[in-house]
Amino acid sequence: MTTAPTRPAAAQGSVGTAHTRVEGRDKVTGAARYAAEIPFTGLAHGWLVLSTVARGRIRAVDADAALALPGVLAVLHHGNAPRLVTDYVGMLGVPDPTAAVFQHDRVPHAGWPVALVVAETPEQAREAADTLAVRYDEEPHDIAFSAARPDAYPVDGYTPAVTEKGDVEAGLAASAVVVDEEYTTPEEHHSAMEPHAATARWDGGRLEVVDSNQGSTWVQSELAAMFALDPSAVRVVSEHVGGGFGSKGVRAQQVAAAMAASVLGRPVRVVLTRRQVFSLTGYRSPTAQRIRLGADAGGRLRVLEHRSWNQTSTVYEFVESSAGPARVLYDAEAHRTSQEVVRLDVPSPTWMRAPGEAPGSFALESAFDELAEKCGIDPIELRLRNEPETGPVSGLPFAGRNLAACFREGARRFGWAERDPRPGVRRDGRWLLGTGTAAASFPVGAGASTAALTAEADGTFTVRIAAADIGTGARTALTLVAADALGTAPERVRVRVGDSAFGSAWIAGGSMGTRSWSWAVTEAARELRERLALSGEIPPEGITVRSDTTEAIGALARKERHSFGAQFAEVAVDVATGEVRVRRMLGIFAAGRIVNPLTARSQLIGGMTWGISMALHEEAVRDRVTGAHYGADLAGYHVATHADVPRIEADWVDDTDPDDPVGIKGIGEVGIVGAAAAIANAVWHATGVRHRALPIRPDRVLTGGTAGV
Amino acid sequence: MGPAPAPTHSAITLQVNGEKYTLSVDHRTTLLDALRERLDLTGTKKGCDQGQCGACTVLLDGRRAVSCLQLAVAAEGREITTIEGLADGERLHPVQQAFLDLDGYQCGYCTPGQICSAVAVIEEHAAGWPSAATDDVRPEAGVPELTAEEIRERMSGNLCRCGAYVSIVQAVARAAGAEEAAV
Repeated sequence: MTTAPTRPAAAQGSVGTAHTRVEGRDKVTGAARYAAEIPFTGLAHGWLVLSTVARGRIRAVDADAALALPGVLAVLHHGNAPRLVTDYVGMLGVPDPTAAVFQHDRVPHAGWPVALVVAETPEQAREAADTLAVRYDEEPHDIAFSAARPDAYPVDGYTPAVTEKGDVEAGLAASAVVVDEEYTTPEEHHSAMEPHAATARWDGGRLEVVDSNQGSTWVQSELAAMFALDPSAVRVVSEHVGGGFGSKGVRAQQVAAAMAASVLGRPVRVVLTRRQVFSLTGYRSPTAQRIRLGADAGGRLRVLEHRSWNQTSTVYEFVESSAGPARVLYDAEAHRTSQEVVRLDVPSPTWMRAPGEAPGSFALESAFDELAEKCGIDPIELRLRNEPETGPVSGLPFAGRNLAACFREGARRFGWAERDPRPGVRRDGRWLLGTGTAAASFPVGAGASTAALTAEADGTFTVRIAAADIGTGARTALTLVAADALGTAPERVRVRVGDSAFGSAWIAGGSMGTRSWSWAVTEAARELRERLALSGEIPPEGITVRSDTTEAIGALARKERHSFGAQFAEVAVDVATGEVRVRRMLGIFAAGRIVNPLTARSQLIGGMTWGISMALHEEAVRDRVTGAHYGADLAGYHVATHADVPRIEADWVDDTDPDDPVGIKGIGEVGIVGAAAAIANAVWHATGVRHRALPIRPDRVLTGGTAGV
Repeated sequence: MGPAPAPTHSAITLQVNGEKYTLSVDHRTTLLDALRERLDLTGTKKGCDQGQCGACTVLLDGRRAVSCLQLAVAAEGREITTIEGLADGERLHPVQQAFLDLDGYQCGYCTPGQICSAVAVIEEHAAGWPSAATDDVRPEAGVPELTAEEIRERMSGNLCRCGAYVSIVQAVARAAGAEEAAV
């Protein structure tokens, strides 16, 4: 036994100081093992077979030829797979049936999982999967998304379908200046670098899954529900995760692996191919958005109407909540927003980094730039004139809204004051130059979480929490938060994440992870310090306390809680080739207290990089005839690479959430919000042409040309 | 009796990070899968398995290659260096150290490929190889300055979906001793 430290070893604050990632050495040496890299004895390999038709029924799965191949162990399909429970409501709603594999013969979209081939080696499984004969009764499919569909209908998702006050038509009639435009964004894919992968093993009635996900207790609870198990009989481990962005929840790979492991009585690994990732793991729906703004001559809004449409599958209802920014950023006497969906024979969309806010801000912040142009007012000044006192829809007070400070600081650093507002007047050789700006907002919240904190006998501390570090730097952030809460140095704190055995915790999602987990860690640390103050000695097994923030978060006052930001971009446009190059970007954010400036900057810049990618590159295209993607891979689906990304600066103004124990808001998503609009607005400033359809492809720039240049 | 079936496996010897490994591989096995599934060298990552993302980049005889587009049987006799072979014991390779210090990553999955690529980029540049970003490609023009634009061009075969490019470029510049040129 050793004597407990009666006073903290180090009292200086770690939160707010730059720290390299605690798992950084493992990541740069290749020692960090991801889901498909944990060795299992007796491992078999599963390979999914996806439908080649976009709608219909499976007439027959002829597995004889596949089963006759060397090493093939089993072929699972709807005719022989174990039955699952699917009529439950999970942590984030009803399950997406795409994950509940092999339960019936219906095919609701191209790339629907129809079978799993399991073999001794991946090569054998892959060949057998290619051999498997699946015959379909094909039916006509419909994948034609547009806002004009008569079958579109409003849906209450996580936010209401419709919000409405005042008389939009009367307001527009009385407005000196009106903007009425439609904007579109395409189907976009998360494209995390690590494809989804899971290994499942049954031990008696207990299921263990090594996985790549954004919440190990979330996946645990879903698998428990599907396989009709007590959650305590399921353990999900997900230590290192190669990116998620909203796509890594319960997916076909965990369920198929668990089924096959149960049938074969040995561990089974299922890794999705890159092409399979494109149809099985969700995506951002294309959106069509119509915005109508009415303002007086001074740019003060009388009317704000934002209507949004997205597609969803026939088996799952997902709303892309694109009206979100309009409900937060600007008020007007007549204020109306709506979100509608169209059901089509396509895979189910899902959350993708800044769901709703990313496409919604493109439309809204482009429309605001158009209003500034029509009013002859500087775009930043226009936004400052329309700063609301309270939530435009809710009427609730803001828990900190430092958007104006972001614009002022950003304008100063970007050199906005020297900007000539006229479009199409700056040249650099073959390039036309322009600059643009846009506002950003993203909701912040906290989800109930538990944490265990142990004072070890050697004077160090261990935090156990089912958090997920998907590249956010959560492990490191929690180390700093715990160190401060314990009054010790970060070197004396060990943080373990990614294991459902640590108890329930919020997911790495909704920009809520670090805030939610930090809250639980802070609570546990407070209790542990009290315990340590009372006990003189720490026994060999240490002293462990557990926290649960359910009550504290439930007692949180209702306020408008958001992170904000001001985005700035400079672009160069060659109208002879259609090429658009982003030359520099700056983002200034008000995103609460920044726990680790080193990793926070990376995450914000990462979001802005997504904005470049969204503005100029990303677009998944479906073939009307087959209903399937063209080029569902990283050559056909372009994400920004090194040569597309200039020097980007991200910084922040002092900000906090006064009701959060650490003052944290959230930074995971606000970085992409408004970024595409700032680039599109800069393209207008360069060329005089508005691009209301993303991405701003070379052919669109060529067709658009220049206006009055 | 018909002809004997063609063999599907071969015994090969791979030289990886200075060590020799003898193994029997399915002829369809890629070098990437041989490293990951057979030699338990899982630092080399599989991002797309079709040569489009760069996550599986290794050094073959000192030059970078995507190991998903190499068959293991064709890698016999080559000197293979993976991410696990870059550090000198506990001492990180300068590129690894710069990635760590400058936060040149987030999720870490593309990182081994980025680092292997960067090691080769620095050598290719030092050897005077031009890139599409090089203004003057005549041999007498000498070694081009390793600007940020040069680094970005040369590293563009390595995707990073977290969007860590800004700090990756800084890390490569630091490891190359070219921080001033790469502002």
